[in-house]
Amino acid sequence: MKKQEPENFGAHSRRTFFKSLGTVAATAATAQVQSVAAELEKVNAEKLIGPEAVPVTLKVNGQKLKLMLEPRVTLLDALRNYSSLTGAKEGCDRATCGACTVLLGDTPVYSCQKLAIEAQGHDITTVEGLAKKGNLSKVQQAFLQKDALMCGYCTPGFLMSVTALLRKNPRPTADDVKHACSGNICRCGTQPRILSAALAAAGVATASKTEVVDYV
Amino acid sequence: MSSWPTETKYISHSTARIDAPAKLTGSARYSSDIQAEGWLYGMILRSKWPAAKVTAVSLDKARAVPGIKAAVVAREGEFNVRFYGEEIAAVAGTSKQACLDALRAIEVTADVRHEFVVSETEARNDNSPRVWDNAPNAPTPKVHEKGTVDTAFPECAAVIEGFYTTPVQIHNPMETHGNTVSWTDEGLTAWASTQGITSVRDGFAGALQLDHSQVRVLTDFMGGGFGAKFGPGVEGVLAAKLSKEAKAPVRLMLTRFDQALAVGNRPSSFQKIKMGALADGTLHAFEAENYGTAGIGGGADAGGGGGGADIPMPYIYAVPNTRVKQSAVAVNAGAARAFRAPGHPPASYGMESAMDDLAVKLGMDPLELRLKNDANEIRQREYKLGAEKFGWKDKYKAPGSSAGVVKTGIGCAGAAWGGSKGDRRTQGEAHINPDGSVEFRLGVQDLGTGTKTVIAVVAAEMLGLKPEQITVRVGDTNFPYGPGSGGSTTCPSVSPTVNDICTKALAQLQAQTGIADARGANWFAACKKLGVSPLVVQGQWQPGLSTNQACGVQFAEVEVDTETGLVTVKKILGVHDCGLIINQITLESQINGGIISGMGYALYEERVMDDLSGVVLNPNFETYKLPGIADVPDIEIVLINMPERGVIGIGEPATVATAGAIANAVANAIGARVYSLPITPAKILAALGKVPPSVPS
Repeated sequence: MKKQEPENFGAHSRRTFFKSLGTVAATAATAQVQSVAAELEKVNAEKLIGPEAVPVTLKVNGQKLKLMLEPRVTLLDALRNYSSLTGAKEGCDRATCGACTVLLGDTPVYSCQKLAIEAQGHDITTVEGLAKKGNLSKVQQAFLQKDALMCGYCTPGFLMSVTALLRKNPRPTADDVKHACSGNICRCGTQPRILSAALAAAGVATASKTEVVDYV
Repeated sequence: MSSWPTETKYISHSTARIDAPAKLTGSARYSSDIQAEGWLYGMILRSKWPAAKVTAVSLDKARAVPGIKAAVVAREGEFNVRFYGEEIAAVAGTSKQACLDALRAIEVTADVRHEFVVSETEARNDNSPRVWDNAPNAPTPKVHEKGTVDTAFPECAAVIEGFYTTPVQIHNPMETHGNTVSWTDEGLTAWASTQGITSVRDGFAGALQLDHSQVRVLTDFMGGGFGAKFGPGVEGVLAAKLSKEAKAPVRLMLTRFDQALAVGNRPSSFQKIKMGALADGTLHAFEAENYGTAGIGGGADAGGGGGGADIPMPYIYAVPNTRVKQSAVAVNAGAARAFRAPGHPPASYGMESAMDDLAVKLGMDPLELRLKNDANEIRQREYKLGAEKFGWKDKYKAPGSSAGVVKTGIGCAGAAWGGSKGDRRTQGEAHINPDGSVEFRLGVQDLGTGTKTVIAVVAAEMLGLKPEQITVRVGDTNFPYGPGSGGSTTCPSVSPTVNDICTKALAQLQAQTGIADARGANWFAACKKLGVSPLVVQGQWQPGLSTNQACGVQFAEVEVDTETGLVTVKKILGVHDCGLIINQITLESQINGGIISGMGYALYEERVMDDLSGVVLNPNFETYKLPGIADVPDIEIVLINMPERGVIGIGEPATVATAGAIANAVANAIGARVYSLPITPAKILAALGKVPPSVPS
C-alpha cells in the first residue's frame, strides 16, 4: 500500500524539498561551479525557517494577531502564552483531551497539534469568538441553562465541538452529539448535561429525569 | 437560633451557575491562564528512576539556554529519589520551548538503585527491596476485632469467600496542578489551582519560612481537584524559588505526565473477605484482610506502609462477629492523596460485592439481603423508593439467566458519608453599598461544584433579591477565613455563614435606616439611607443550619457482551439525600459527576506500573482511560428532600456506591464474579472461562 504523504507541511513539505533537491542537482551538474552541498545550503537557507522566531500572522475571531514565534510553537501555545487568548485550555498537550479545541474555518481541531505557522491563512475561532456583542451564542446559552459545565476547564473544547457539529448538522441526534464530542474529556462528569445542551441548542427538548421526594 | 426560611424562591429551586457566562466565554481566568506582568514559564525535571541517590545536579548548561532566567534544584546536596517522577530540578524561562531545551541540558549524576518495588503484593514479602531503609514496606497489620469470629462462622448457614481488588486511581483533574507565583521582598502571591487557598497559604509560609501575612493566595477559577489540590505542592515551592531567583512571576503548571506520577492518587485495595449469614440472611460473621498502597505516602516515619490506604470495613453493615486486619504497603510510586470519598468506593465495592455473592449463595434477592441487614432508616427508604422507580422486582433475574449472547443484569449498592456539619470557623462579609449593590466575600474557593452560586442563592433568598444582584467573591486569602473544599463540607460551611451575614445585615440595616424590613421591595430605599458609606457586615457559621451523615443508594443496569467482554452501562439510578437542597441544578450535576467518576473506577481506570522498570505505563489519557460522553449511561436521580436536617454536602456520597452497583450488575448479567476493578473485557472473558486469566499484577 502506498504510504500517504501529507499534502502540506507548511513552508517545507517533503515533496517540495525533494523537488528542489532535483533542481539543485541538475543546476550543479550543468554549471559545475558549485558543489551540491553548497547549493543545498543556499536552498535550505531560503526554504527552511527557524529555529529562531519568525513572524506569524494568525486570524483569530476576525482579528489579526501578529506574533514572533519559533516554528515549533503550537497554535495552542501561541494563543495562550504569546497572546492573551487563554480561553482554549491545555489539558494534555497531546491530542487526547480536547480542551484546546478551536475551529479552523468550520472544522474543530486540537490546537495543541497544529503548529501556529500552519494555522496561518485560516479563519480561527476560539471560545472567545462565540459570543457576539456580549450575547451568548445559542450553544453557550444552552450550556448555561442545562448546567453543562462544572469546573469549566473542558467547557471551551466541548463548546467548539458542539458548535462545529451544529454548523454542519443543525438537527443532530443524540448519537451525532456523542460522536462529535468523543474527542473531548470531562472529569467533573458534565457529559449528560452537554448532551442535553447540544440537543437543546438544536431545538430538541430533553426532559429532566430528577424526582424530588419528601422524606416526611 | 438561626433557621432557614420555609417558603423559598431560590433555595431548593434551580439557579444557573452564576459564573457560567465567564466560563462559557473564555473570560474566566483559571490559575493556568494567569499572565502576571513579566511572567515566565516554569517546568520540572523529574526522576527517570524509581529509586536512586542523586549525587549531583548541574544547572550550568540549563542556565545558559537562551531565554532561561532561573534554575533551581529540588533539594540541596545529595538526596534519594523513591519513585519514577520525583522532582529533581526546575527551570523558568521566557517560553515553554526554552524550558524544554533547558530541562534537556540539566546534568544529573546519580547512583541508580536497581532494587525497588512497585507491586503491592511483592512489596509485602520480607525479602522485597525496601522503599524506606529503616522500615519494612508492610508493617504489622492493625487488627480490629469484636465478638467471636472463629466460633461464629460454623454457626452460619452460608459462607462466601472472595479476594476483591481495586486499582490505584489517578485524580486527573482537567486543569493540572500548579501555580503562578510571584515572590518579591514584599511577600509572595500565588495564583493557585487549589481547593484550599488557606492550606496553600499555610503550606507556602511553612515551606519558605514566611509569615502568613506575607503570603496571599488567589483562586478565581480552577479546573477541578477531587482531593488532590490542598497544598502548594513541591511544584509550588519550586515556582516560588524560581520566581525569587528570576525576580519575575513564574507560572508552573504540571504537564499531564507529571500529574500522573507525583501529585496524588487513590490507594489500591486487596480485600480478602470471608462473610457468613444465618439462614434468614442475617449477617453473622465477617473477616477481612486488606492491604493497599499509598505509594511512598506514609513517609519515612510511618514505620512502613501508611498513607491512607486503610478502608472502612465492613462498611455500612453491622456484623456482630468481625475481624478486620489492615496493612498499608509502601511501594516506589507517587504518594496517595485524598480522593473523593477516601476509602469509601473501594470499601463499598468490596463489601457490596461480597453481599451479592452471599445473596446468591443464600438464594436470596440481593436487595432483600440489604434491607435485612442495613440498619439505616434513610437508606432503607432510599432502597425502597429506588427499587420501585427502577423496576427492581420485574428486572431481577437469577445470575446469568438472561438469554442470548448479550446478557443484561442489575445490581445495587449503598453509601455512607460522615462528613461534617461544616467548618465552624467559617467567616464571611457582605459589603452593602448605598446604590443597593451587594458583594459577598468569603475565603473559600469554588472548585467547580458551584460554591459561588450557593452563596448567591442563599444571599438572594435571605435578602429578598435576585441571585444576579449578588456579587460573589471567593478565592482570596485576604477575605475572611473559609475552609478547604474537602469532605463535602463547603456547602454546609458557607450556607450557614451567608445566612448569618444576611441576618445580621438586615438587623443592622433596620437599626441604621429605621426601615423595619429591608428585604425585597424595600432594599434600594434602605440602602440609599446608608448615606455615603457602605455597610460592611461580618458573619460566621452558626449551628442548627447544617448537618452531616449523608446516605445514598444506587442501582445499575448493564449489558455484557459475552463474546467480546464489553460492558455497556445502560442506566444508573441514584437515590440521594443531602438534607436541605440549596440549588437543585448544581446538586444534580454533582451527583452526575459522582456517578460518572464511579463508573470510570468500575470499568476503565487503573494506574499501570511496570514491575521491571518501575515506571508508570499510562501517564496520559490515551492509555489511562476515562469515561467519554458515549460511555455515559442514562442517569436518573431521586432526591430525598429533608429540609429539617439542614444543609449536607453531596460531592462525596454521590461517588461511593457506583462501582459496587455496576460490579454487581455485571455479576448478575454473566453469572460469574469479576473480582477486580476495573472490570475490563479481558477479565469478563476470563471469568466466563473463555480466555485464561491474565497474570495478576
